[in-house]
Amino acid sequence: MSMKSFPKPSELPVPAGAEGWEKIYPYYLVFQDELKEAEDAKFWFCDSQHWPTVYKPFETIGGEFAVKCLGQYNARHLMIPNANGIEFRVHLGYLYMSPIPVPEDQIAARVPLFEERVGHYFANWETLLQQWHTKVRGTIDEMETLRFAKLPEIVPIEDIRSGKAKDGSEVLLENYDRLIQLCYQNWQYHFEFLNLGYIAYLDFFNFCKEVFPNIPDQSIATMVQGVDMELFRPDDELKELAALAVELGLQPHFSHTDAPEATLAAIGAAAGGERWLARWDEAHEPWFNFTVGNGFYGHDKYWNEHHEIPLGYIADYIRRLDDGQDIMRPKEALIREKERIVEEYRDLLDGEAQAAFDAKRTLAATAYPYVENHNFYIEHWTMGVFWRKIRELSRMMHAEGFWAKPDDLLYLTRNEVRDALFDLVTAWGVGAAAPIGATYWPAEIERRRGIVDALKTARPAPALNTPPASITEPFTRMLWGITTEQVQQWLGAGEEVPGGGLRGMAASPGVVEGIARVVHDADQLSEVQQDEILVATVTAPSWGPIFGKIKATVTDIGGMMSHAAIVCREYGLPAVTGTGSASTTIRTGQRLRVDGTKGTVEILDAPAVQGPGAHSHHHGHDAEPANV
Amino acid sequence: MNDFQSNEYVQFFDGGIAPTLENLGGKGASLVTMTEAGMPVPPGFVVATAAFDAFMDAAGITAEIHALLAGVDPEDVAAVDRVSLRIREDITSRPIPERIRELTRRAYDALQARFDAPAPVAVRSSATAEDLPDASFAGQQDTYLWLEGFESVGEHVRRCWASLYTSRAIIYRLRNNIPNEGLSMAVVVQKMVNARVSGVAMTLDPANGDRSKITIDSSYGVGEMVVSGQVTPDNLVLDKVTLAMVREHIGDKHAELVPDPQAHALVEREVDAGRRAVRSLTDAELEAVARMAKRAEKHYKCPQDIEWALDRDLPDGENLLLLQARPETVHSAKAPAAPATPASPGSLWGGFSGTLLKPSA
Repeated sequence: MSMKSFPKPSELPVPAGAEGWEKIYPYYLVFQDELKEAEDAKFWFCDSQHWPTVYKPFETIGGEFAVKCLGQYNARHLMIPNANGIEFRVHLGYLYMSPIPVPEDQIAARVPLFEERVGHYFANWETLLQQWHTKVRGTIDEMETLRFAKLPEIVPIEDIRSGKAKDGSEVLLENYDRLIQLCYQNWQYHFEFLNLGYIAYLDFFNFCKEVFPNIPDQSIATMVQGVDMELFRPDDELKELAALAVELGLQPHFSHTDAPEATLAAIGAAAGGERWLARWDEAHEPWFNFTVGNGFYGHDKYWNEHHEIPLGYIADYIRRLDDGQDIMRPKEALIREKERIVEEYRDLLDGEAQAAFDAKRTLAATAYPYVENHNFYIEHWTMGVFWRKIRELSRMMHAEGFWAKPDDLLYLTRNEVRDALFDLVTAWGVGAAAPIGATYWPAEIERRRGIVDALKTARPAPALNTPPASITEPFTRMLWGITTEQVQQWLGAGEEVPGGGLRGMAASPGVVEGIARVVHDADQLSEVQQDEILVATVTAPSWGPIFGKIKATVTDIGGMMSHAAIVCREYGLPAVTGTGSASTTIRTGQRLRVDGTKGTVEILDAPAVQGPGAHSHHHGHDAEPANV
Repeated sequence: MNDFQSNEYVQFFDGGIAPTLENLGGKGASLVTMTEAGMPVPPGFVVATAAFDAFMDAAGITAEIHALLAGVDPEDVAAVDRVSLRIREDITSRPIPERIRELTRRAYDALQARFDAPAPVAVRSSATAEDLPDASFAGQQDTYLWLEGFESVGEHVRRCWASLYTSRAIIYRLRNNIPNEGLSMAVVVQKMVNARVSGVAMTLDPANGDRSKITIDSSYGVGEMVVSGQVTPDNLVLDKVTLAMVREHIGDKHAELVPDPQAHALVEREVDAGRRAVRSLTDAELEAVARMAKRAEKHYKCPQDIEWALDRDLPDGENLLLLQARPETVHSAKAPAAPATPASPGSLWGGFSGTLLKPSA
């Protein structure tokens, strides 16, 4: 088979208006002309699972910290024998990754180091994980203490008397640096256990594939996955709040949840409202540190700052309770089914093989839940506080005349923000009329806004350059679902779905037919109707309340362990993930047949006309995926 | 589902009476056991050994039979044949006692009441183990197919009774010193399968002996063409635990064998292109076959090779029938190679580098 290729970075067209885009990102993040030959020789895949939309310059921080810290655990902490970290570049606003292999002749030497380090963690899992919670919580608490207040007109007299001899600007500078450092710190902690969780899972996965050839990936996932996970906790809190509202007869007060303050006031004034509000406050901390996005973008909305979001979900749950629906996840049934599956596979083995199955599954079931639960602590909680602090800073600088819109700081890189802060404290310190930034940044930000908006008009290429003959790097396969088959699928060489349609990963079993609802960002979630099939680029944990009313999920991106897959298995809904193009191929209103057991999606009323010359006259929200 | 009360003389497969070999013979007891274990065989009933005993008592010919057999030389085949013929003619000419005849007729009517139209039945002898050489011999001797109407059924029940005295059975008992006293015979009356789709199922993957799979071959009509390899059936491999499809191959299934009611035989006919191109089992039917295979394996406690059919005359959900279950011995012997388990058995995490260094996950 001749190897097809993806385009080279230089072959991708720059969208009109995005010229000069390279300069809005740090120099080290973009492909280099001088390194073209070496960079073109590598295979890069786009991580649109975590970064589905174009970065504003400041937002590369999440990608940089996350992928850097993932890599350090492979390459420097755990000494994974055959996998170093992952190089990454931003190209046309999207993040592309290339795993760095370990040279063959160095693998053997790393094995004993790896075994010792991994062994220590698995032998001391509970203690170390407990410590992790303390460390992560400490970081968040410290982050919360940081303030970005306007500098005072004059140095307070107390500081004169005490001989402090500092004007307070150092606090502003230190707090910014500290905020960045604390964010970095929790991203280092994030990966302390993540790679281990995957290693334990992979070990059990490989064992199962050996003793049960062709065992569906789904079965393996089910056997190690937690049922009662912290990932689902925020959603469960909303359900309990809904149930309590019904119990207290507070339903009438949930009719205008888009006015959250008035809603909460009305509830507070009603009989039983005090009890409900006490429960609401209890759920609030920490569980409303929950984003409708994935924590990687400055525009993410968090429940604790946008009460209309959780209140809207609660109102929806109340309606369903009043309709006599059962909104709780079938936890008991899921646990029983999981136990049955474990037991039946186990019974197929005997002797040593059964003992190995037990040991490997137990370890994976201990280590793997971290992979699901860490998300709340880092992506939601840590990043929620981080973005809130960044907004605080951005708004303070906005008030100082740095930019036109309150959140425009996001159009600076994080090191440019440092410069701008020094500009601010200098202008303030010397008593100048205004910082230079007030002259420089507004126009520059407008220019960059134009570039970012132009970049958003194009979707990323799934990958760049020539793929290797086979993809064997374990983490790439596990975390991103980048397999040889997936790459072939992207290149159009995959197996055809009968009658046209899409193929992806069989992520959660079952077959259903229903009407598609294409959702490109969290703000569209309110459009989702009962019993529709959710079609999205990618889903986020905070979309949880939606999963109780849909029939199935189809995503462009994600593997067996993606959020959509985990949640659908949890809710017993079929899911097909990693289809590549479902959200751009499928239109809202089309009838679909989703087979989550086979991993296929058929469009039952697909228009006959396709290909060049055929174009949609549909100009609805869902026809413009890039403009989120 | 059945208002007929099983009794001493006649027992339905699903009649709720615990089967004994002594009462129902090997085949009859097995059919009752299978039905009770959720492995629905074609529906029917057993005319118990007690009926034969009552018949022989009423006929009063037992002593005469013993006398005839007493002097026979097992090496004198012609003499054995003469005695055999005489005894069997004697048995088939005697009337069935009215009570037994009436109970059998009511059982037959109760069976027929389960179908929309009168359904042909098979009548088979069901010997108790000591009486006859072996299971295969027992199966060979007396099976009457495509019988319609109670008169014919009653007639063939008597012929099955008489089969206790075939030449071969007589010689076998003489050579093995099995006394003729206390011999008895049960008879199975069972619906003829009217197979719309049929096939085989193995509770493993014959390609590698992997016991976590169920392999199903399925084609239209009666299963003979699948078993004998005259058609390429659909070949489906399911995960045994979750029943998820692991491999699916749609076979050509160019022909099917279907019953010709007039000829009381099977006729071969071509399958049209539309039916060839699609899987012969719906998702629900496929799952039902797999679940039945799993039950058979669980019941018999070893890998099974079963024959099954979907019966046209029975409603959806009750139409899957188990025709045969036998231990799978060929492929289950070659179990998958022992897995490469931890390199250092003392430590749980030993060998992780091995897991990461595998060519593909």
